[in-house]
Amino acid sequence: MNTIQTTGAAVEISHLSKVYKTREDDDVVAIERIDLQFEPGTFVAVVGPSGCGKSTLLSMLAGLVSASTGKIAIDGDAISRPHPKIGVVFQSDLLLYWRTVLDNILLPIEIKRLDLSKFRTRAEELLEQVGLKGFGKKYPSELSGGMRQRVAICRALIQEPGLLLMDEPFGALDALTREQMIMDMQSMWLRVQNTVLFITHGIDEAVFLADRVLVMSPRPGRIDLDLKIDMPRPRQWSKVHEDKVYHGYVRQIRDIFEAKGVLVAH
Amino acid sequence: MASTDIVSAGKAQRNQGRSMSGKKRARTSWLERYSALLVAAMLIAAWQILVPLSGLSAFVLPTPLAIATRMINDAPLLVAHLYVTLFEVIVGFGMGVLVGVPLALSIFYSRPFERAIYPILVGLQTVPKVSLAPILVLYLGYGWAPKIVLAFLISFFPIVISTVVGLQSLDTNLVNLVRSMGANEWQTFFKLRLPAALPNIFGGFKVAISLAVIGAVIGEYVAAERGLGYLQLQANSLFDTTLNFATVVTISLLGVILYYIIDVVEARVSYKRDDAK
Ligand SMILES: Nc1ncnc2c1ncn2[C@@H]1O[C@H](COP(=O)(O)OP(=O)(O)OP(=O)(O)O)[C@@H](O)[C@H]1O
Ligand SMILES: [Mg+2]
Repeated sequence: MNTIQTTGAAVEISHLSKVYKTREDDDVVAIERIDLQFEPGTFVAVVGPSGCGKSTLLSMLAGLVSASTGKIAIDGDAISRPHPKIGVVFQSDLLLYWRTVLDNILLPIEIKRLDLSKFRTRAEELLEQVGLKGFGKKYPSELSGGMRQRVAICRALIQEPGLLLMDEPFGALDALTREQMIMDMQSMWLRVQNTVLFITHGIDEAVFLADRVLVMSPRPGRIDLDLKIDMPRPRQWSKVHEDKVYHGYVRQIRDIFEAKGVLVAH
Repeated sequence: MASTDIVSAGKAQRNQGRSMSGKKRARTSWLERYSALLVAAMLIAAWQILVPLSGLSAFVLPTPLAIATRMINDAPLLVAHLYVTLFEVIVGFGMGVLVGVPLALSIFYSRPFERAIYPILVGLQTVPKVSLAPILVLYLGYGWAPKIVLAFLISFFPIVISTVVGLQSLDTNLVNLVRSMGANEWQTFFKLRLPAALPNIFGGFKVAISLAVIGAVIGEYVAAERGLGYLQLQANSLFDTTLNFATVVTISLLGVILYYIIDVVEARVSYKRDDAK
């Protein structure tokens, strides 16, 4: 198998905040003064209640939304628009229905005006790695939800992004497919070892996948806990659930949510 | 490169339909495939049989066979007038596309333009364009000019509106997606906005072409020296019901054929992508 040596990008977030101006003058503070640094090649998961500003944070890292104050630097470049080293996976697959699977994966290459022929084999390889060998000529409508999201992940990985941004990528999938995707995600990442920001509602998948879990509080979004996950890899989904260390981490995150009133015990 | 995208939207749409029913369709018999033709044939046959039985005279209601015979015999006459109407329709529709699509783009891209123009356009759509025909004749005379203008006016609105709606209904997440890949607006347009809007745009074209035929013929009813509408009026004044019906059929055929030409263009356009590979 072909191992790709991608060095992950370093990310530096300083004094970052985001205020959405609304028509009724009551501005929404989505992110309040966040300072963070991601070491190159770390898998960072973000968990937090709905509306706490997770997607806002990701959009700013993607260069799609401008910061109100503070700045973000990817490998030292302060970003004002989408950085070439990023790849993004959204909650819905966002495949273009008029393009085949292969052409969907190659879209970023076309847009960056790179040599398509060089990336075709890479696209086929990626498809093979996610278990979709031979699906290149199919159209998205011929695929299941899980398959489509795999294609979306391939599309984000085609340019070997130093920073992979994922916004609840498995949120729309059924439980069984999600479990499979979580495990596949781990093996994919172990091959690439780039820097990942992975947003999720699932405490279990955050702890399972990440080197580091950031727990965000309800609005205004702040980081309440920065938890280093120290478990050997590759991790096994079935085994990890019997693992005390794993449960310790999960407990810590739940405690935060309970303390903040995100999870209420009855 | 951009063109590959414009052209592929239609195909995938068709593919979406096809993927599910591909195998089934192969199995469905020709009976199902040609069911519309079959029903039409049955209706025509019923007409053919019932007219003599009803005792209606040929002056009131000619049989389909009589109409068909007449169409063959008078083919040169019908075709000569058909060309005139066809010309008016094509030019009018073409102008509708040439003005309508750029206008739709301006409405889409410019907020002030949208605010100022779009409500007026939507409002104007309720004006019955055919009622302008006499006025147009007054201004532009008896030649093809008022017919072209009428065909243009009547086909222009559905083109503008369906194009604007097509462009506006795009999921903003998709725009964010291509922007995250570094796309500029030009690329966003050709790789995303246009192909996504194509089904709507072609839908508008199909409505517009049918309306353009109506516009041209109505223009000819009002005042003309040539064209299918004019021929029909002639037949009317001569109490030549068979020719009258033959003209109606010709007008319908014109509309149907033009409609399918657009359908074929939509399909053609979408198959280019495969040719290129
Ligand atoms: N474009 C916008 N304009 C105004 N307010 C916005 C905008 N986008 C987000 N917000 C607000 O900012 C806050 C954070 O939104 P965000 O989408 O980042 O939350 P989230 O943590 O991703 O939530 P979820 O888990 O439900 O996806 C919310 O209160 C939301 O209403
Ligand atoms: Mg979100």
